[in-house]
Amino acid sequence: MADKQKHVDEVSGVETTGHEWDGIRELNNPMPRWWVYTFYATMLWGIGYTIAYPAWPLLTEATTGVLGYSSRAQVSTDLADAKAGQASYVKRIASSTVDEIIADPQLQQFAIAAGASAFKVNCAQCHGSGAAGAEGFPNLNDNDWLWGGSPEELYHTIAHGVRHTGDDGTRVSEMPSFADMLTQDELRQTAAYVVSLTGTPSDAALAEPGKQLFADNCASCHGEDATGSRDFGAPNLADAIWLKGSGEQAVIEQMKTPRHGVMPAWLPRLGDNTVKQLAIFVHSLGGGE
Amino acid sequence: MLHQPVNKAATVERLEAEPVNAAHVRKPLYEKRRKIFPKRAEGRFRQFKWLVMLVTLGIYYLTPWIRWDRGEHAPDQAVLIDLASRRFYFFFIEIWPQEFFFVAGLLVMAGFGLFLVTSAVGRAWCGYTCPQTVWVDLFLVVERFIEGDRNARMRLDAAPWSLDKIRKRVAKHAIWMAIGVATGGAWIFYFADAPSLLASLLTLDAPSVAYTTIAILTATTYVFGGLMREQVCTYMCPWPRIQAAMLDENSLVVTYNDWRGEPRSRHAKKAAAAGEVVGDCVDCNACVAVCPMGIDIRDGQQLECITCALCIDACDGVMDKLGRERGLISYATLSDYAANMSLATSGGTAPIDPTRVRDTNGAFTDDVRDLNWRIILRPRVLLYFGVWTLVGIGLLIGLLARDRLELNVLHDRNPQFVVESDGSVRNGYVVKLLNMIPEQRTISLRIEGMPGATMRVAGQATGRSFTLGVEPDKVTSLKIFVTLPKASFAEAEEGFALVAEDPSSHERDVYQANFNLPGAER
Repeated sequence: MADKQKHVDEVSGVETTGHEWDGIRELNNPMPRWWVYTFYATMLWGIGYTIAYPAWPLLTEATTGVLGYSSRAQVSTDLADAKAGQASYVKRIASSTVDEIIADPQLQQFAIAAGASAFKVNCAQCHGSGAAGAEGFPNLNDNDWLWGGSPEELYHTIAHGVRHTGDDGTRVSEMPSFADMLTQDELRQTAAYVVSLTGTPSDAALAEPGKQLFADNCASCHGEDATGSRDFGAPNLADAIWLKGSGEQAVIEQMKTPRHGVMPAWLPRLGDNTVKQLAIFVHSLGGGE
Repeated sequence: MLHQPVNKAATVERLEAEPVNAAHVRKPLYEKRRKIFPKRAEGRFRQFKWLVMLVTLGIYYLTPWIRWDRGEHAPDQAVLIDLASRRFYFFFIEIWPQEFFFVAGLLVMAGFGLFLVTSAVGRAWCGYTCPQTVWVDLFLVVERFIEGDRNARMRLDAAPWSLDKIRKRVAKHAIWMAIGVATGGAWIFYFADAPSLLASLLTLDAPSVAYTTIAILTATTYVFGGLMREQVCTYMCPWPRIQAAMLDENSLVVTYNDWRGEPRSRHAKKAAAAGEVVGDCVDCNACVAVCPMGIDIRDGQQLECITCALCIDACDGVMDKLGRERGLISYATLSDYAANMSLATSGGTAPIDPTRVRDTNGAFTDDVRDLNWRIILRPRVLLYFGVWTLVGIGLLIGLLARDRLELNVLHDRNPQFVVESDGSVRNGYVVKLLNMIPEQRTISLRIEGMPGATMRVAGQATGRSFTLGVEPDKVTSLKIFVTLPKASFAEAEEGFALVAEDPSSHERDVYQANFNLPGAER
């Protein structure tokens, strides 16, 4: 391989690197000075950079750099800047009612965006990220509301929760268990009647006596026509939406051992502004009244 | 010795010039740059280059100042890249970000255009129109104006520092800087309204990015055009390597015709009188002295050569003086050159003897091949031209047929559907209406198909069609809810078409939408 003697290529007059592979030698063309100096400059820059910015790992921490920059502090600054940028909106939301906010398209847009992000953090766990709910957890997209779907009512429900102990304004309702009051047959008859209200095929022979049973036992809360009552948070039983499951069996189960959902009161945790934004966001989903 | 008589009255000054890349110069590992002092050339190609410089620099500096009326809702600058609002204006064309493929198409055309030009006339891009070449030319004009031509500049460079030298150097670099500032300044005018930006620049109210950009471009212009010059072409630019690969035996290259020039002699008269064979080259080095790359074209085709053809001008001037035919250095193809070379060397068996290419009267024989311009029309060139034209026609058709009203629809995926209290099913869609002209428009939005379905837009009553005003040159985003009653579920299979139409111009865009039902209903 390398011989001590410098080898010069005959054709070009250029020195070779001294390496040879299968008779092929590599020319060692000169570098322009400016190129070399630029290369040195990048090295110096690199050294300067590691002095100016956090770089070298030590035993327990790293050098902090003479400029005192840290990406964490940068994030804090950026967040503070973002907050400052939103200040005027936040102020207006604080001094407006939910209806006033909705009347102002710009403010409404801000509230919806803010509400959507608060929803993902606080509400999606039960109601789902698309607010479509699940069995036992209401779907917030549809137009069926236990406690009312106007912005004001939504605000109240979110602020004070449902069956939340320790909040006087919370929404409370309780369906009694009919396991001891009605016989198994009567339960089946009532369920058959309730299911027939939505046009679902059911045994007419069972449903007929069920009608009287419903009037006697259920109508006081759910109403004569079974469309429910928002005063008691009694669900509409004559529509297509079944929070605790549809079908005769699910209805019988609910009559025997009623299940009651609980939602915490959010006002103490999130504050007035965020609850307003959440109410406006939920209202915008398509089912708002 | 039958040879064209040498013009006795003519004296040709021999210039001290040595190519920077001569093979006999032993190179150290790191090379100090060897200074080049190009001499002023005069001739046809120089004239042409002045013209090219005038046109290209004129286009660059003046374009941002051309006005173009687009009404009150769009800027009136003919060429404007509006990054903040993501619009590109080019005279009557306005491009939105999603139409950026037009720019990609132009770049494809530029690429094929370069291939086309290179295969037809060699490295003409490098020699005439490359910004590096043009600006170096401009900087050399300044240098010559302040410091004089080649010899004066060499003397000045070698002279010790004096008041006069300092004055000249300061003046030169100051003017170079000023050109740099003007160049960087012109660049930023493409990105904002030129007159108002200029005003704010002068009152120091312009955004800092404007000053930074000017500073960076001033630096690059000054360094590349004034200080680095040929180093940029030789060491930094990849294009010479690519272009070299695209040349073939029929490409035009600047060629020293040694079949008529060799053996060169500085004392042609004496040598001829002594009965020696002499070629046309009097070894005056004029070609080396004018070369902005500092090379000797007589060493053959070289990577450094940008084919600016200034050596042709210099040599033609000398040949005129001597009363010889022009074209000792000329644009020639490799195949013509090889044929003539073969003639002069008896097929490569003997050293060059220029008498073999001349008849008894001293004129070139009929066997000498001259440049035939029809060589440009060869398949390779025509193919490039064809592809270039096709891309151009494609872009033009695309431009003429493009939509100025666009409808983008995003079907809600979470939730996919919502069952309403009455059993009907609702689907949500985010609709974006793109009004791509700078005029306010009223657009009607309607659903076609699914006769049972109704549509609801916030702030509007429920129905199957709406009209809404859309802002000029803006995207209007709205959420629509489409509801299908239980009785019409069978219609969901086909989906529906969402149609946006401008009732006045009947321009329309259609989105074929799906409609989701709960699994049990499908």
